Amino acid sequence: MTMDTETPVNAAAGLPEDAHQLTAKLRGAAIEALPPDKLMPDRQPAYVASWIYVFGILTISALAVVILTGLVLSIFGPDWWHLSTVGLFVNSLHLWSVEVFFFCMVIHLWGKFFMAAWRGRRRATWVTGLVTFVVSVAAAFTGYLSQQNFDSQWISTQAKDGINSIGAGAIFNVTNFGQMLMWHIVLLPIAVGILVGGHVLLVRLRGVVPPFAPPDRPTGGAAQPAPAVSEVQP
Amino acid sequence: MTAATDAATPRRRRSFKQDRDVEEWHGAYHPYDLIKEGIIAFVVVSLLVVGLAVIFSSPDDTPVTVKSWSTANPVDFATTAITELDGTSGTATYGPPYNSTTGASQSIGPISPESWFGVHHPIDTATDYVLAPLQTLPNTPEVQAAVSEYKSASPTQQAAWTKAYEDAVTKASFDNGKLTVPAGDYGPVATIIAGLTSMARSGALDGALLSTRQFYGADYTKPLLFLADGTYLADLGAAQHLSGDQWGMMNETGNYPGQAWLWLYTMWYQVPPFKTSANADFQVWGLMLVLTVLLALVPFIPGLRSIPRWTRIYRLIWRRHYKDLAAAAPGGTSP
Repeated sequence: MTMDTETPVNAAAGLPEDAHQLTAKLRGAAIEALPPDKLMPDRQPAYVASWIYVFGILTISALAVVILTGLVLSIFGPDWWHLSTVGLFVNSLHLWSVEVFFFCMVIHLWGKFFMAAWRGRRRATWVTGLVTFVVSVAAAFTGYLSQQNFDSQWISTQAKDGINSIGAGAIFNVTNFGQMLMWHIVLLPIAVGILVGGHVLLVRLRGVVPPFAPPDRPTGGAAQPAPAVSEVQP
Repeated sequence: MTAATDAATPRRRRSFKQDRDVEEWHGAYHPYDLIKEGIIAFVVVSLLVVGLAVIFSSPDDTPVTVKSWSTANPVDFATTAITELDGTSGTATYGPPYNSTTGASQSIGPISPESWFGVHHPIDTATDYVLAPLQTLPNTPEVQAAVSEYKSASPTQQAAWTKAYEDAVTKASFDNGKLTVPAGDYGPVATIIAGLTSMARSGALDGALLSTRQFYGADYTKPLLFLADGTYLADLGAAQHLSGDQWGMMNETGNYPGQAWLWLYTMWYQVPPFKTSANADFQVWGLMLVLTVLLALVPFIPGLRSIPRWTRIYRLIWRRHYKDLAAAAPGGTSP
């Protein structure tokens, strides 16, 4: 989109005559909520100084490796890795990236728990993170069911009892390889992708939660001028 | 929430709660390169994953087939087959979603979703696992005659034959490619089970169990449940530390970490009352659902959301911040 540099333009809303457009409104709202310097910050609060903060980006990095190796496995199909040395190696990359993904995600989750990272209108960030973990467990589970080996046989015949007990077995048949493969490579990855994307946007929107105030200053903590409660209710 | 926004939309302020609210940060900021951090993290994770894959590879134990089962342990196969024929196997008595066996569904009080959803993957074990596959065999007049005789007999007669055979098959032996059971009045059942065992050992039963209404198929429900009804698969699983009482739900074959994130789910099966409960699956799923919802809603639950502050583990995470704060405070008080 080109803009006349001589006409005063609100970058968020676009040209004045376009203000009624849904596109312009959406863009304006998005830029107002997440301006570029907030979406991609080059500064962090001084309290962000611990190794625990690294595990969020490590989790996303592991997810990227999971997706990339999964795409390679998808290109050649579900039989490939059983018959090819290269395929077995790619499957190994996929497996270990999943293990690293969960390792980092669990540390990230409990780190955020002990920071009470939901404080200050960050509850949706916590909830989306937790839901991402649960959906990721389902994604990994369907991966184990899609392996076409003894593990798949064993896990499906054992897991069916739990799934059936809650009635879900009627529509989610863990012994149906075709159905589980579709869940593993289409439905659940899409869900994880959307959730992770939303989670990251919320992190950027709300920022990194500040530390608790010291015990002797319970409502006026972290070297702040004046208490300013960040959360209000209608 | 900025002050400007507050002014534009007047709202009632509520009291500050440490476990819910924060003061916005007005302190120092440090340079931070988001993209650089992401690239470094991706490279580190990739190298770690490549290293783990090179060193440990990944498990890929050959799946069990009906052929491999009946070849390795034909007596177990025959013992399972007769329970499929007489309707006493695990699958035959499972209930929903495979059949409508009365009282088989798990429940907590009147709550039984398994029953509510009903039968969605119908399996008639006698027909699907024994009689129908045998009827696909060519050039087996003796077996076909036995199947016809069995199907035309009264249920009482069928039950008498299968009961007698089921008692005898525990003393069966398999020599020179032939299943031998002690003499008895089994009617056509001995021919049926011997025929099915031969069919299984030839590999033909694997194909028959997968036959679908169309050419392609990807649903392995029938053969998998048949395999699970025998003891052969269970013994292989136990040898690989995969049984339920071995924390098997989070394990996988070999010495691999498996689904370690299922540890809590698996743990409940190791302790009373779930360990011995007939409704353990439903109870454990219900418990895990409650715990998961509680964890998701911690920010909204007074008391639970205070745990991080009470444990004070946050002091380790933000130790540098508190150290700086203490140093900057008049008199250098410690937090």
